[in-house]
Order: sequence, then C-alpha cells, then structure tokens
Amino acid sequence: MTWIGDNLGLIWEQLREHLYLAILPVILGLIISVPLGYVATRYAWLANPLIAFGGILYSLPSIALFIVLPAILGTKVLSEVNIVVALTIYTVSLLIRNVIDGLRSVPPDVRQSAIAVGYGSMHRLVAIDLPIAVPVIFTGLRVVTVANISMVSVGAVIGIGGLGELFTLGFQKAFLTPVVVGVVLSLALALLADFVLVTLQRVLTPWTRVVAPVGEVA
Amino acid sequence: MWQFLTDSYNWSGNEGIWARIVEHLWYTFAALGLSVLIGLPIGLRIGHTRRGAFLAINTGNAARALPSLGLLMLAVLLTDQIGFLPVLIALVALGIPPILASTYAGLSGVDPATIDAARGMGMTGREILTKVEIPIGLPLIISGIRSATLQIVSTATIAALVSLGGLGRYVIDGLKLRDFPQMFTGALLVALMALLLDALFALIGRITVSPGLKTG
Repeated sequence: MTWIGDNLGLIWEQLREHLYLAILPVILGLIISVPLGYVATRYAWLANPLIAFGGILYSLPSIALFIVLPAILGTKVLSEVNIVVALTIYTVSLLIRNVIDGLRSVPPDVRQSAIAVGYGSMHRLVAIDLPIAVPVIFTGLRVVTVANISMVSVGAVIGIGGLGELFTLGFQKAFLTPVVVGVVLSLALALLADFVLVTLQRVLTPWTRVVAPVGEVA
Repeated sequence: MWQFLTDSYNWSGNEGIWARIVEHLWYTFAALGLSVLIGLPIGLRIGHTRRGAFLAINTGNAARALPSLGLLMLAVLLTDQIGFLPVLIALVALGIPPILASTYAGLSGVDPATIDAARGMGMTGREILTKVEIPIGLPLIISGIRSATLQIVSTATIAALVSLGGLGRYVIDGLKLRDFPQMFTGALLVALMALLLDALFALIGRITVSPGLKTG
C-alpha cells in the first residue's frame, strides 16, 4: 500500500499515457471509418470486400502489429506512433462493418422523404443517415474502445504501454502491488469509457428514449 | 528478415523455428482445450436453463477489458512460479469468457417456438439441447471458440516474457538483442498462425453447421 502512495506520480503519468494511447486511435479510426463506410454504401460492390479485409486485419495479433509497423512506417520501434497506428488499424477494421450496417439500416422511405424535401446528399448524410446509424456505430465503438484500452498494455513488451508498464515493473521486481494497480486501473478505465459512450449515445439519440416501451431496458 | 527465414540453421533443432511453432501450437491448444472444457458446459447450461444469463452476458463484456499482459504477470506472481502453469492460467482466463458468452448467445437465440415444437414432439430436455439448441446455436458457438483462439494465439506470444518458448521467443529475444530481423520474423509467424487458425475455424464452421441453417 505504501508503494501506491510513494508512486502516485508515476501511476498518474501512466494512466494519462494509457488514456491517450487508447482514445486517440478511436477518434482517428472513427474519422476514417465514416467516410469509408459512406463510400462503401454508395458503391455497394466495395462493402463486402472491405468488411472481409477488416476481419483479417482484426485477427492479427497486436504484438505482431506493434513490431512490424515500424518497418513499414519507418518509425522507431520505441515510438508511440506505432501503438497509435496499430490501434487505429484495429479500430477501422472493426468499425467499418458497423458504419456500413448502420448506414444500410436507414429505411428507404426515410431516405426518399429526405430527398423529396430537398436534402442534398451531404446534408442528408449528416442530418438523416448518420443519426439513424448512431446506435449501430456505437455498438462497434464500445467494443473497440474497451478492446483498445486492454491492448495498450501489450505495448509495454516493447517499452511503451501506459499502465502496462506497471505490469513489467511489478514482474521485474516480483512485486504484486503495481500489477494489481495496473489491472484495476485498466479495468476501471474501460468501464468508465464504456459508460461515457453509453451516455453520449443517449444524448445523441433522444428519440430512442421516447419510442422504447415503458419497462423495457434498451 | 529474409536471411533469417531462409537460413536452414534457424529452422532445425530444439530452438529452431519448427520447434517454436510446435511449442506455440501446444500452448494454444492446451489453453483452448481447457477453455472449451470449462466455458462450453457453463454456457450450455445457462443457455438451456436461461438461469444466470446476466452472468454470461457480463463476463463476455468484462473480459474484453482484461489486460492480457497484466493477467499473465498476476498469474506468475500469485502462483509464485515461472513456467507453464501461470501461462496456462492466464490464457484460459482469456479463453473462457468469449466461449461462454457466445455459447449462451447461440442457445438463447433459438426461437422459443422451435423449442416448444420440439417439446411438443416429446423430446426430453437433453434431446432438445443436443438435437435442437446446439445445432441451431452452432455458428455462434464456433465463432466464440474462434475468437478465443485468436486471443490465445496472440497472447501466447508474451509467454516468452516468463521464459517459456513459442514464437514469442523471437520477439522477446530479438528485442533484447536489438536484432530486428528476428523480431519481425517472430511477429510475422504469429500473425500467419493466427490467420491460418482463423481460416481453419471458418472451415470447421462451414462443414459442421447444418445445411438447413444456411439458406439465405
């Protein structure tokens, strides 16, 4: 317990790095997936190959990606960029399916009504299609955010891993406390991030609360 | 890296690439086997009786948040030994939740009318489970085992951190020696193994799932 008190600075620093390394890729991944998914719904032949390719990318082990990326990107092995790019790849490969499914879930009559009242395609995407796709996109976003938070610590094997560095520290010193602190904080971070996303989704889709029958938990 | 791969010396012997591949597969299948042995019956029981659904759904979600490296270190420090046991514990802890959750999901997705019909035909609970619920839930059950496999293959890499073998050796040793070709080789072989095992499970799914479920 005294270890925690003596190392609050270190713990805080790793927590901050962990959050940064996990969340930045989610944001980047979302920025890439939405236009990509939109293009795939306009040119329907693109959708299935994109989803399949995403599935393959997602099955690559994270440690392999962390190590192979520097060779491809020309970055140093000990660079944060590798982790951010690797997790962004995971985010896009998983999210692309949800974006495509979400955009496909827009009912045709809703789309036609929007066209009929004069929405241009860009305006329609932002004002009609994306809001309707929010629940499906958020399902993927929640999975990928939680998975990213747990994957960041693997980076500690190559020397950059936020809370994961507490694991290697504890292991080297055969000392349980830092490992437990790392696991607990990592879990707490995942739980908190998930809660934030659920709340954000509720804020973004006020209509779902009105439609849901009383007593049904969405 | 090509040099490392094409040097026949690196392929043979106790510490050669073949030996590492066999070790890695052994860790993977030992852990996968145990995870199935534990996760599948629990998932089937919860799915069949619908009791404890809350547990099944939430272990699936919570497990995604478990940091694999932390779990491994925790297992090493708690068992107070370095070797196969802590690695097995950590891998099984990561393998059980996806199997349990998808097995439950596969069974709970079976249309209640189908189960009623089976009961109406006079099937016992056990017959309903083995002849109706499992076959219909099979695609999801297999996909759960598939994600468990991917998780275990990639995590088995860090077993080398606690001085075990497997393909992770190249990654960890390469990192210490600053021998990057060796690291890339290890990383690529792990990725390749993951893709091959993933394809294998896709194939198993295609072969075992009843043709009656494949329409549409």
